[in-house]
Amino acid sequence: MVTFGWPEAFFIVRAAGWTLLLTAVAFLIGGLMGGVLAILRLSRIKLLRRLAAGYILVIQSIPVLMVLFMSYYGLSLFGVELPPFFAASASLAIYVSAYLAEIWRGSIESVPFQQWEASASLAHSPAQTYRYVILPQAIRISLPPTVGFLVQLVKNTSIVSVVGFVELSRAGQLVNNATFQPFQIFTLVAAIYFAICFPLSRLSRHLEKVMNASRPH
Amino acid sequence: MRYQFQFEAVFAEADRILNGVLLTIGLSFGAIVLGLALAVLLVAAKSLFGRWVGMLVDAYVELMRNTPFLVQLFMMFFGLPLIGIRMSGTEAALLAMTLNLGAYATEIIRAGVDSIHRSQIEAGLSLAMTKRQVFQYVVLMPALARVWPALSSQFVLMLLASSICSFISVPELSGTAAIIEQNTFRSFETYIVVTLIYLALALSLKVSLLWLGRRIFPRLSSLDRLDAKAEAA
Amino acid sequence: MPAVLIEDVHKSYGSLEVLKGVSLAVEPGQVVALIGRSGSGKSTLLRCINGLEAFQSGRIEVAGHAVDQDQKRLRELRKDVGIVFQSYNLFPHLTVGQNIMLSPRITKNVPQAEALALAKDVLAQVGLSDKFDSYPDNLSGGQQQRVAIARSLAMKPKVMLFDEVTSALDPELTGEVLLVMEKLARDGMTMLLVTHEMNFARTVANTTVFMHQGKIWESGSSAQLFAEPQTPELRNFVGAGRH
Repeated sequence: MVTFGWPEAFFIVRAAGWTLLLTAVAFLIGGLMGGVLAILRLSRIKLLRRLAAGYILVIQSIPVLMVLFMSYYGLSLFGVELPPFFAASASLAIYVSAYLAEIWRGSIESVPFQQWEASASLAHSPAQTYRYVILPQAIRISLPPTVGFLVQLVKNTSIVSVVGFVELSRAGQLVNNATFQPFQIFTLVAAIYFAICFPLSRLSRHLEKVMNASRPH
Repeated sequence: MRYQFQFEAVFAEADRILNGVLLTIGLSFGAIVLGLALAVLLVAAKSLFGRWVGMLVDAYVELMRNTPFLVQLFMMFFGLPLIGIRMSGTEAALLAMTLNLGAYATEIIRAGVDSIHRSQIEAGLSLAMTKRQVFQYVVLMPALARVWPALSSQFVLMLLASSICSFISVPELSGTAAIIEQNTFRSFETYIVVTLIYLALALSLKVSLLWLGRRIFPRLSSLDRLDAKAEAA
Repeated sequence: MPAVLIEDVHKSYGSLEVLKGVSLAVEPGQVVALIGRSGSGKSTLLRCINGLEAFQSGRIEVAGHAVDQDQKRLRELRKDVGIVFQSYNLFPHLTVGQNIMLSPRITKNVPQAEALALAKDVLAQVGLSDKFDSYPDNLSGGQQQRVAIARSLAMKPKVMLFDEVTSALDPELTGEVLLVMEKLARDGMTMLLVTHEMNFARTVANTTVFMHQGKIWESGSSAQLFAEPQTPELRNFVGAGRH
């Protein structure tokens, strides 16, 4: 029987790279989708607003696992056999888009209404108002919750092991199946997740403090 | 070739699905009640006892918040039997969910406690209450009222995350889906049905929590007004 | 024996000394008004008397209890010493009745029926019998403050402290609160009050104490103190209040 040693540990650590890559890709694609959704959510056209709100509500009300299964099996029905990495990234991106859209909508809405009035009074177009007045402020406001959500994303990448993609958690499971030393293995796995997530959590909290301190009161 | 949807095979498993739904509800309800109780105890311990108790609570909260629920679940399911604690998958799931939700709820309720104005605490102390009495009678309910929306969101997230318990073969809703999928070979139909059930469960929970919040904390909205007055004074 | 005895009390926050050796004796049944500019240390002194603020040196004894920072002894003291705050500090999640009954129930183990009778009695004293089941946010500021007084009275205190209790109120609401306090004074309650209401100090308090820069600058019978202020600071202060 194999025991848990350096090669196994190395295998796990290397799989953490896939977790990071998965996080980055899902965040990038999901972020783009989320940005569009946030703008749709605030659009002047009621139908677009409703559609975006509906999408966000549904995705936030079903397990990420179901998003994963639905996209995985749904696509395979149409003969599209995606490599696990793409299926995983795509479904995580869908999940990310709904949450980031909501965070960013909130950030845009929390810019005081007077800023719109002030900008409009200076003869800015709505696009110019967004570009030069609202977004710069909204982005600052959105930073702490966005970084906070990144932590959730890193942790949720763990479930894509179910479609056969070997990232950090799946690597841990595989090694555990071979060696059955769960304490050592999952402690290492948890420690790696912690090493990624804890600094991000601290960063999020730090940003929040900085914002609160600089907010005029 | 066009795909022919066939839901009959899935609906034939209605009994199994119903059991899965009940287990999902049971696990979530159990984790919410136990996790909330744990969180209240931990926040009380943090506010009433010395610094190192607080640091211990912080360590627990940070540990749970910065590692995936899946890994926590594996630890309970695979790890605990090694030190002689033998549990069924369902028990391990309930334990993991409770500890996970407990950590998030601790963080949320602590923020609520911090938001209670110092003058309220002084009023309690001046009426000869002990610090524990002040926490219990003066601070706790307004703090919970203030963070109820955040707690509610966390409860819904826990309901959704309970699907991950299928990884250790707990026959809750998504675990049931895996079984039905194997029996019927109708993966997509199975997951459509199960996803819709999750959607219904999550939305019902959201609505129920909103209603419950109004019932338990009828003064919810008045708290901030009183605070504003105290602030202005 | 005085109801309140303060001897050479010093208190500082870091390097800022806010009480620079204050001594004062209040006899039972006496009403003492503490006046002075904000920052003169009068509220701090009041909060030292029931242990909400710790002080570095000196001695305070109130209703037979020495003030120190031992929590258990402080609780015994606080059963005998009531305080009413500027911002009322009613508990928002409890009804008026519950606000009043809570502390007698849990700190003195007064039985429910007795606490109920007590609450009704003190509410009647402040003229709010009909508000027993109301929540604080449904009351006006003046009514809330009267409930806060009733809540303190339910502890059957030997000494009552009032910390600028009318400062947060609209002028038309201060009257009803002062009226309740006046009645308390007539009934023989020992009272120490920090106040900006010079008229009230002059007419209701036996003694007025003028604090300035962390010290008792001038004190004496209210009538005399207001009629013939001895120090320029008090003359200035009283004059500024008159307009």
